[in-house]
Amino acid sequence: MATKYVKNAVGRMIPEKINGKPVIPYQGVHQYKTTGRRYAPPLATCADYPEDGNKLEDDLKTALKKAGLKNGMTVSTHHHFRNGDLVANQVFMAASELGVKDLVWFPSASFPCHEPIIEYLENGTIHHIEGSMNGPLGRFASLGNMKGTGVLRSHGGRYQAVQDGEVVIDIAVIAAPTADSFGNGNGLTGESACGLLGFALADSQYAHKVIVVTDNLIPFPCIPWQIQGNYVDYVVEMEQIGIPEKIVSGTTQITKSPDRLFIAELTAKFCDEAGIIQDGFSFQAGAGGTSLAIGNYLGDIMREKGIKARFARGGSNQYLVDMLEEGLIDYILDGQTFDLAGVRSMRENPHHVNTSPFTSYNYHGKGNFAPLVDVVILGATEVDINFNANVVTHSDGYLLHGIGGWQNCLFSKNVILPIPLFRDRIPIIRDEVTTICGPGELIDVIVTERGIAINPRRKDLLDAVKNSQLPIRTIDELKEEAEKICGKPEPVEFGERVIAAIKWVDGTVIDVVKQVLE
Amino acid sequence: MGKKGTAGNQGPQIRSDCFAALELKSKGGVEIILNSKVNALYNKSIRELALQILDFFQVKNAKLELVDRGALPFVLAARIEAAVKQCLESEGEYWLEMIPENQSLTTKDRTRRSRLYLPGNTPKLMLNAGIHKPDGIILDLEDSVAQDKKVEARLVVRNALRQVDFYGAERMVRINQLPLGLEDLSYIVPHHVNLILIPKCESADQIQTVDKKISEILVKAEMDHTIYLMPILESALGIIKAYEIASATDNVAALAIGLEDYTADLGAPRTKEGRESFFARNQVVNAARATGIQAIDSVFSDVADMEALRQVVLESKSLGFDGMGCIHPRQIKVIHEAFAPSEEEIHQAEKIVRAFDEATSQGLGVVSLGSKMIDPPVVKRAQKTIDLAVKSGMLPENWKTLNVKQGS
Repeated sequence: MATKYVKNAVGRMIPEKINGKPVIPYQGVHQYKTTGRRYAPPLATCADYPEDGNKLEDDLKTALKKAGLKNGMTVSTHHHFRNGDLVANQVFMAASELGVKDLVWFPSASFPCHEPIIEYLENGTIHHIEGSMNGPLGRFASLGNMKGTGVLRSHGGRYQAVQDGEVVIDIAVIAAPTADSFGNGNGLTGESACGLLGFALADSQYAHKVIVVTDNLIPFPCIPWQIQGNYVDYVVEMEQIGIPEKIVSGTTQITKSPDRLFIAELTAKFCDEAGIIQDGFSFQAGAGGTSLAIGNYLGDIMREKGIKARFARGGSNQYLVDMLEEGLIDYILDGQTFDLAGVRSMRENPHHVNTSPFTSYNYHGKGNFAPLVDVVILGATEVDINFNANVVTHSDGYLLHGIGGWQNCLFSKNVILPIPLFRDRIPIIRDEVTTICGPGELIDVIVTERGIAINPRRKDLLDAVKNSQLPIRTIDELKEEAEKICGKPEPVEFGERVIAAIKWVDGTVIDVVKQVLE
Repeated sequence: MGKKGTAGNQGPQIRSDCFAALELKSKGGVEIILNSKVNALYNKSIRELALQILDFFQVKNAKLELVDRGALPFVLAARIEAAVKQCLESEGEYWLEMIPENQSLTTKDRTRRSRLYLPGNTPKLMLNAGIHKPDGIILDLEDSVAQDKKVEARLVVRNALRQVDFYGAERMVRINQLPLGLEDLSYIVPHHVNLILIPKCESADQIQTVDKKISEILVKAEMDHTIYLMPILESALGIIKAYEIASATDNVAALAIGLEDYTADLGAPRTKEGRESFFARNQVVNAARATGIQAIDSVFSDVADMEALRQVVLESKSLGFDGMGCIHPRQIKVIHEAFAPSEEEIHQAEKIVRAFDEATSQGLGVVSLGSKMIDPPVVKRAQKTIDLAVKSGMLPENWKTLNVKQGS
């Protein structure tokens, strides 16, 4: 039977069903509202748990077995250890050894270190992944080799899907750098310290069974309990859960590339000229080399003007911590820590606060932090002339990035994408992006080394910089300049098969990714 | 038949470049094996370009392998042409379209505070050079190009002159030391190069030889614009001959000093304080001023130390230099800031230019400021200071009307 497609509100054709489940096509910003009640896991009774509070099991396999692992279940893990994670691969190795099939892996993100997962996709242990796919996994999925269809969500969208029951987590495996045998855990201390465990919060509260694994087991109580033991079924002590130097490696050096520094400086100048940098403002810049440089330039401007920011949203790192300690920022509201300076600051400084997708991004929350941020700096692989942007696929169609908090951050007051006009020969501003991840109505400014394009919807910004020396151009002019330099890109042909769905923050599908033909 | 030629660069670190390997065959037509990072978006256009070039050189049977790391057409064309020319003798040259932006002319006394060196065989660094707004860019065929890459670098530089928009920077090329440098000329002169740097100059004769060769090529190309020269003095003998070199032809626009080679020639280590080259730098400034041309200082090689660079530039300015070389785009801003006139200099210059304007409007032949008479060279220098202040963003372009309003 041929798949039926419907056109969604950004003009993309969306299949009616994905992985056998009906799909709600994207309907516009804040248009789709789920009704009903929050999903709830089965009730537990304390009488069923050890009186001495000791929930230790011998090993991961035993815990998985006791948790009732069976065919078709959804198993979640988290990316606090980024490319240094040693847990997810072991979970599925154990599942494979137990002969379980057709699992759904529900990570908060995957990394190149998860290449061994391919083996479990091939041998039928895993049916499909609902989470980001990049590197070798992205390539595997892009070529149509995964049994089911991938589903990509933002950090906020993941919380939304768990809360409204779109995704039911059967077993959550939460890696905690420090934990006690009751299941209390945190990311502040231990060999694998990563700062916080916010991405696992929803899983701890909503999964049917929760397993905490740690390589730093301490006597009760583990303080603070970022993960509360009262949600936890089993605790497993392991030799090593993460590789420290890969957990906190990040891209934590300011770029040395003169071209990127140029874009960073121009971005900061734009913020200044547009009147965004005012006493008590707030900002969020990522952890990429360019974003770090922008943070630095913002710091220079703040020092010069003698003003400070009320808060900055992390990913935190040395540079942001330095600004906090210098008094340029009142608070860091941190979603993840990218280096040891960030971990240390979160541990010691009450002004460095851990957050979760619930506080920052959740669609079903009674508000969240994202729209409170004055300016957010984000990346993109492509932007089209209507300001729609892509962050998950390369122009040749390969999955290369997760959505992360990207979609959620689009709700900030000013969304700025500093990007080069072309990478190698690939123009970044296109007639149409390969995959729409964010609607143009939420994207305000594109800063390239060859000019700044402001979304015509933002008349206020256009007015604010009207008399400045900034190189303001239209997005069409930038697109033409890119094509003049690179040549007009040829249309890319894709296969028929849908290999992944891109969810919007409300659970609707904003676009799908088609199979790459080699 | 069966001749082979290769050009370009390959490897995991290479970006915006490609590697071309051509093998001539006796039959079977043209086969193109394309391994490109941008295959999905540019497969057809890369193949078309390759076929056009092979056809231009009448290559009918051959295997062309292209390993492309996102090279722009001007690079692809240069690499393929270089591979072809290793396989066959041809007077032909495959010229890409000349972009209108790169047909702009220059003037002898244009501002030359900064000139950014770009290795001639590294196209990646050329693409965004102009966005950093140096006064000039130098496509270098000399020291930054390996001996075995000299021939193919010429084609990259030629194509860059025709196709890469440097956003208003003066387009300069540093040719090789003579006599090899003379061969470089035919690849750059017909392509609207503004200024040619001649390295390791030691006599007026060398300058005249280059100038004559340029004229010949221009005549042949039916062009008649001026191409200026900037001799670089990099030896004890060169320094001694500074005046003779500076005044060798009218087309010498500036005299530059190269301190790495000069200090080596002296046998004195190059120090931060630079006492060992004090005489040489004075000599260059003096010779330039005696000829009425610009004096340009050497490069500063520690690209990480901006504060040290600033000190060097300030000293350079105080010795009378007009500009300096850069080997990294981040140095440009520091150099421009340091060469910018001081508030006091600007203020004085404004007064002089206003006095001149007033005298002119009243038809007076003599300009005076207060009780002092002002000579024409002083007016000229004041105007230069004003131009520099405007360029450095220290004075609005419409300063004359603005200040009058404020004053009234």
